[in-house]
Amino acid sequence: MAHPKRKTSKTRRDKRRTHYKATPATLSTCSNCGAAVKYHRVCPECGHYRGKLAVDKDVSA
Amino acid sequence: MRHRKGFNHLGRTNTHRKAMLSNMASSLILQKRITTTTAKAKALRSYIEPLITKSKNDTTHSRRVVFSYLRNKYALSELFREISPKVIQRPGGYTRILKTGNRLGDNAEMCIIELVDYNENMLDDKPAKGKSTRRRRGSGKKKTGEASAATAVAAGTEDATPAETAEEKEAGEENAETEVQEESKGEAKTSEEKPETEVKEEPEAEKKATEGKAEAKEKEEKKEGDKAADKEEDKKE
Ligand SMILES: [Zn+2]
Repeated sequence: MAHPKRKTSKTRRDKRRTHYKATPATLSTCSNCGAAVKYHRVCPECGHYRGKLAVDKDVSA
Repeated sequence: MRHRKGFNHLGRTNTHRKAMLSNMASSLILQKRITTTTAKAKALRSYIEPLITKSKNDTTHSRRVVFSYLRNKYALSELFREISPKVIQRPGGYTRILKTGNRLGDNAEMCIIELVDYNENMLDDKPAKGKSTRRRRGSGKKKTGEASAATAVAAGTEDATPAETAEEKEAGEENAETEVQEESKGEAKTSEEKPETEVKEEPEAEKKATEGKAEAKEKEEKKEGDKAADKEEDKKE
């Protein structure tokens, strides 16, 4: 079996990792309160989903 | 390769997984809404929906079958007494999964799984939607019973007079066209007398026409028109 001849130096490792980038989350705005919401998620601020009250924050904690 | 990976094992042995799903199903039945991870909720959904369907037929056998899955007599009685009459009209899809974001600690995707008929806020005009099928083909049980009579009549005429068909086809089609026009007028007026007269005209057309398909279409259109008229009447009331 083939083996690496040298340990990968910190420089080589870090240079490889320069292309690892986080992608920003795609957000929409809540139709009820206008907060930024991830798609297909209940609004974390007001508990609305698709224009209706899905999760009542006061009742279900 | 995803060969032989039919379902999510949830990182558990068979017995562990079954015990967990059984407990979760009992909790969901008793509480109507539980917060869990999305993966578990999806596994629970496919576990509990057949049980709810089973509960629509309240017999000793079905109770025993469901109990073998739930292993909780309180959940069992709650399911058969309270939940099953409430969901009797619903053709499957008794649960709803609402994703609520990721959990602190392990960043697991969390959700709320709930029984659809117990969330008052999300309910709306769904019962009306459920009745009217949106399928174009494969007519439901209601229609087949009524339509079978028409097809039977048409089939009888086919067997009896195959030679005469060609001329009478055209006549029947013409009748059909005129009838359709009448229907459109009738729908606009939404009078109760129109549908009755049309029904009387139908049998004659059936005898003449050989193609049952055209007739069935007409009938369906009429039914829809009648339904629309009925709905409007309901609204007036
Ligand atoms: Zn909101």
